[in-house]
Formats: sequence, C-alpha cells, structure tokens
Amino acid sequence: MVDIAFGPERGRRPDLADNREAYLEMVRRKRMYGGILMVVFLALMASGWMLADDRNAGGFWDGLHQVFDFPAEVLAEAWEKRALLPGLFWDHVPALIETLNIAAVATLLGALAAMSLSLLATRSLARWPRLVPLFRRTMDALRAVPEIVVALVLIYILGGGPVPAVIAIALHTGGALGKLFSEVAENADLKPVEGLQSVGATWSQRMWLGVIPQVAPNWLSYALLRFEINVRASAILGFVGEGGIGHDLKLAMQWGQGRYDQVVAIFLLLFLAIVVIDRISDHYRHKLVKGH
Amino acid sequence: MTAMPLSPALADTITQRFIRKRRLAFAVPAAILAYLIYAAISFDIAGLAQRARFDNAAILLSDFWSHKTHVSRDNRSGKVVIAIEGEGKGTYPEGMLPDWVTMAGSVTTIDLGTGHVVTYDDAGARMTVPGYGTIDIRSVDGRPALTAPQPIPDWISVSENRIGVTTDAGRFTYTRSKVETFRYQPGWELFFFTLDSPFYGKSFGELASLATVGDRIDPDRSNLGYMASEVWTNKMWRHGDVAWAIFETILMAFLGTMAAAIVALPLGFLAARNFMPLGPLRFAARRFFDFIRGVDGLIWTIILSRAFGPGPMTGAIAIAITDAGTFGKTFSEALENIDERQVEGIQSTGANSLQRARFGVIPQIMPVLLSQVLYYLESNTRSATVIGAIVGGGIGLLLTQAIITQKDWEEVAYYMVLIILMVMLMDSLSGWLRRKLIKGSPS
Repeated sequence: MVDIAFGPERGRRPDLADNREAYLEMVRRKRMYGGILMVVFLALMASGWMLADDRNAGGFWDGLHQVFDFPAEVLAEAWEKRALLPGLFWDHVPALIETLNIAAVATLLGALAAMSLSLLATRSLARWPRLVPLFRRTMDALRAVPEIVVALVLIYILGGGPVPAVIAIALHTGGALGKLFSEVAENADLKPVEGLQSVGATWSQRMWLGVIPQVAPNWLSYALLRFEINVRASAILGFVGEGGIGHDLKLAMQWGQGRYDQVVAIFLLLFLAIVVIDRISDHYRHKLVKGH
Repeated sequence: MTAMPLSPALADTITQRFIRKRRLAFAVPAAILAYLIYAAISFDIAGLAQRARFDNAAILLSDFWSHKTHVSRDNRSGKVVIAIEGEGKGTYPEGMLPDWVTMAGSVTTIDLGTGHVVTYDDAGARMTVPGYGTIDIRSVDGRPALTAPQPIPDWISVSENRIGVTTDAGRFTYTRSKVETFRYQPGWELFFFTLDSPFYGKSFGELASLATVGDRIDPDRSNLGYMASEVWTNKMWRHGDVAWAIFETILMAFLGTMAAAIVALPLGFLAARNFMPLGPLRFAARRFFDFIRGVDGLIWTIILSRAFGPGPMTGAIAIAITDAGTFGKTFSEALENIDERQVEGIQSTGANSLQRARFGVIPQIMPVLLSQVLYYLESNTRSATVIGAIVGGGIGLLLTQAIITQKDWEEVAYYMVLIILMVMLMDSLSGWLRRKLIKGSPS
C-alpha cells in the first residue's frame, strides 16, 4: 500500500474503500497501453513489409509460387544423377573439413583471447582494476565488427584462403565469448582466490587455480555453443569470400544447371554436419551445465 | 585438531587422482597446440607470408585517412585534368583549380609542399626535390629522357617508356602519352559538397552565416534546404543511398526477427510437452524446428533470392525462417518450464484454453520471449549485413561492392564505421528496451 500513499495527487488517488473500482481502473489503463503498443507495432510491421516489398527486385506475391521452383528444379536434376551423389559427397568432404577447421581454430583462438579478456574485465578479479572499462570497451568493439567486414578487408591484404576467415571469426568470437565469460566469472566464489592470495600466489596462479576450475563447465558450454554458430558463419564467409564448403557451393551455383547434383550434395553435407554438431554440442552442454 | 592418518588405500587413490589431474593439465594444452599446428599446416600459413600483399595494406591504411588528387596532362593534346581520386565525379571543372596548382598558358605549376614543386611545360616536365635537385624530363623522339643529379636514387624508377618518382610529398610519373602527379592530403575530400556545388570550399563559419542570414543562392529554396539536398545527393559519397542502405539493413533485421517470433510462438505450443498431448504432432513440430535450423541461413538465403530477387524483403524472409527454428526451440523449452499452478488458477475461473494461454502462460514466458527477441534483433543487425551481401540489399551490398572494386578504400572505411555504429546503436537500444520491459532483470 506504500506506493499508493506516494501515488497520484490527493484528489485522484484511488479510493481505498472501493478496491474493485481502483483495480478495474488499473486493468483498463494497462489494456489501453497494451492496445496502443500493439497497434503501433502492427502498423510498423505492415508498413515495413510493404516498404521492403517495394524495394525488392521481385514482389512477394509474384515470388511466392516460385519459392519451390528452384528447389524442385535442383532436386529433379539431382534425382536423375542420384548414382553420382556418393562420389560427389567424397569430393566435397575436404572442403567441409576446411570449413570445420576454420570454425574450430577460430573458436579456440577466440576463446583463449576471451578467457584473458574476460578475467581482465571482471571487476572483482581484474589484474588492473582501473583498466576494466578499457577491456570492456575492447570486447564491445570486437563484438560490433561483423565478420564479413574483417574477412573482406583481410582477403584483399592476405589473398584468398582460410586465414582471413579464421581471423575474422576469431576476433568476433573473442568479443562475444568475452562478454559471456565475464558474466560467469562475476559469479565465481572469491574464497579460493583469497586463499591462494594468502599463500602468495601471483595473479595468473590465482586465476588458473582459483577461478578457472569454477567457471570451466559454463565456459566450455558457451564455447561449444559458439562453435555451432561459427560453423555456420564459416560456411557463409566461404560463400561471400573464399575457402571451405561455402566457396564450393558458390562455384556450383554460379555454374547453374548441369551442376545441381553438386549443389544438392553440398547442401546435404552442410545440413548433416550442422545437425550432427548441434546434437553433439547439445548433449555435452547439458552434461556440463547439469553437472553429470 | 589432530591429523588423521590416512588409510593407505585412500592415500593411493588420492595420489593417483592427483597424477591423473596433472597429466590432464598437460594433455589438454598439448592437444590444443597439436591441433593448432595441424591447422597451421593445412591452412598453409608458410605460403601465406609470400602471398600477403603488404603494399595493399599500405594503400588501404593511407586511403582510410587521406585522399589523393591526380593532376594529369595528356602529352599529345596538352590538356590538363585535375581530379580527386582520379574519378570523373571528382574532376575540377574548367577554370577551377585547387590553390596549390597554378596554370599560366601551357605551363602548369604544382606545389606539393615542403619545397617539392612539379612543373609541366611544352618541353616536358620537371620536379624539384629539396636536398636532391631537379629531375628534368624531356620528350626526345617521343620517349622520355631523364636529366637528374647522378647517381639516380632508388626512389626514381627509370625504364624505356616510363619514369616514376615517389616521394613523401607525392608521386610523379612520366610516360609517353601522359604525365601525372599525385598529391596526398589528409581527410575525406568532398565529403559534404562536391566541386560543382556552390557551397564547395566554404568554411564552417561561412556556411553557418549562409544558412542563417545569407542571401539565397537559389531563389526557390532556403540555403539550409539547398545545403541539405546537396549533401544528400553528394555524387562521390552518396549519403542518401547509404542512409537508405543502413535503414534497409535495420528493416531486414527488425522484420525478420519479429516475423520469426510471431510464427514461432504458436508453433512453440505445438512442440511443448505440457500443451501438446499428441506425441506424433509434437514430434513433427520439433523435427520441423530442427530441420529449419539445420538448413543453414545461407541455404535459405540462396533459395529465397532465387524466388524473390535481390532486395530487403528476401533478406527479411531469410532471417525470419532461420530464426523461427531457433525461437520455436527456445519458446517450447520455456513453455515446458512454466509453473502449472497459475494456469490451474485461471482454469478454476472457467477460462477457455485461449484465455488460459493468454493470462496464465504468456505472462510467465514473456521475459524469456522478450529477451530472446531483443537479443536476436541485435545479432540480426549483423547477420543482415552479411545476408545483404548475398541477396543484394542494404549496407552489406554497398560494402562488398566497394571492396570488390579495390580502389575506393575511403568509402570502405566510411561504411565500416557506419556498420559498427549501427550495430553498437542496436546493441544499446536492445539492452535499454530489455531493462525497460523486463522488470527486475539484472543490469
């Protein structure tokens, strides 16, 4: 009842004797705000879709019945050449491995960077407490740069190949994981750290022996989730830039008709890889977080 | 407290565990290192050092903060053209010169600063370099002939048909057909007004007085409106197109995320154990989500851009489909974790199933739902940049185009800054909304 005492002005205060009226009044106001928000939201959505439709090369209704044309065409051709599919799978496995390697190396490097960044950016654990904001802003900036920007610039400097993609994904991963890692580290128990400090451990020893064992399960779980995301990112970067299965897909697509069997093989390979990785990482993440 | 003597068996197990832990502590970093070495070999890091073009990096870095002006003369016709970045859109019109170039008859004098002066005249061209002397080039039988203090330093390259001089102040090249001088200056030139605009070259003070009290340059509209339209339609930097592209990117992210959430919410009920007693239907809904998530956003984007053509709507639908799978999964998990008592309470008042869902379930999952949606809104702004590069819409398209031409690096820098600002803005916006809408959520 305290907030009623400090609520609206004297005359407009809800009458306590008439509880029911006051409650209904509140509900009505809430509903009105909700309704207004809903209308605004719907108007935004509708005008947004109309605008997007307007600026699109092909219209929505013209395109709608074509959505399945392309998959049908591709599948029909692949079905005719279905005998070739197993062979095509094998042809593209090296590219898939490259894509996975890009994701794995980038996740590893990014996670290693995130480990140190996050510890330096956690207030209670920081090596240099004054520099905490600096490390936080660094992580924000790393997160904000989309991978494609870094990758395309690096392709210009380093030439093609997987390295630009690795660096691009690793930088982004460092920022994204750093934020999550530091949220976990904030909740770490400080008693082991104090214990280690009392016996004269250095900062790195305190972190390595006092904090890392506590946060390792959660950190690993986040890193696995990030690996899933990075596999997808690495496929996309291959398509836009160079390297891995994305690049193979782009080449096959550019060739167009006659290579649709390859397109299907690559689609299937990518699909299977993503589903398998999702499954495995889901399983281990549950295990890590639930602790058994 | 007295020390308890450990039983030998227990001591053994403890020692063994310690040994195992110690082994693990070495094995894990060793495994990581081994993997990284394997990756380095398979990625051909050694070959990369040779392929890397550090001169490209130098061009890129200098273009990020400076611009160059070309002063070139056609040796046959004698016509001199001054153009910023050598582009037609940045060419100085007849009779207009930057203040470091003077033309008198057929003699053009270019002052590159710090005593470096280049002169074009009928006989040929010469460059004065302080501390070295004059590099004089004359046309002899249609070939450039060099006269310069001996020995020729390595910053002057001489071949049969081409003589090039590279100094800190600028570059100077003489070939049979033309002579060209590049001057590098800091800043992004023509960022606000192009050369043909009446506002070009005016200082900030002059512009401010023109905008407020000055006479109208164009009698039909105010100077301020004229300035705004000149900036908006700037041919070099295309601010209008860029603003549209940024808006399109944000639009893609917004429409895609919201549509995904709207589609995924009812489907989430289908996949939740406590709302969908029919096993097969639940199974179907779950596999549907898995399928959508498994077929990567990349593949959806390709399929959709075939049907709808390039543009922001294609991108929005691609984002919507990809995220519908993720949302469906998280929403159904949130639905399975709700407190049943609230729903029972609503049921006891005689509410039907729709009312139970609206008043008993939605308020409980609202925090999860909102925070997911807002998080994805932010992350999709980034994805929309990439998707835009594939489907051809938004700032992603402009960026890839600028990078592929490999010369307008100052535009690339501009787009990069804008993208980073856009993502940071959406990040703080979504964080702010999350704090406002979900009460009691930490920070």
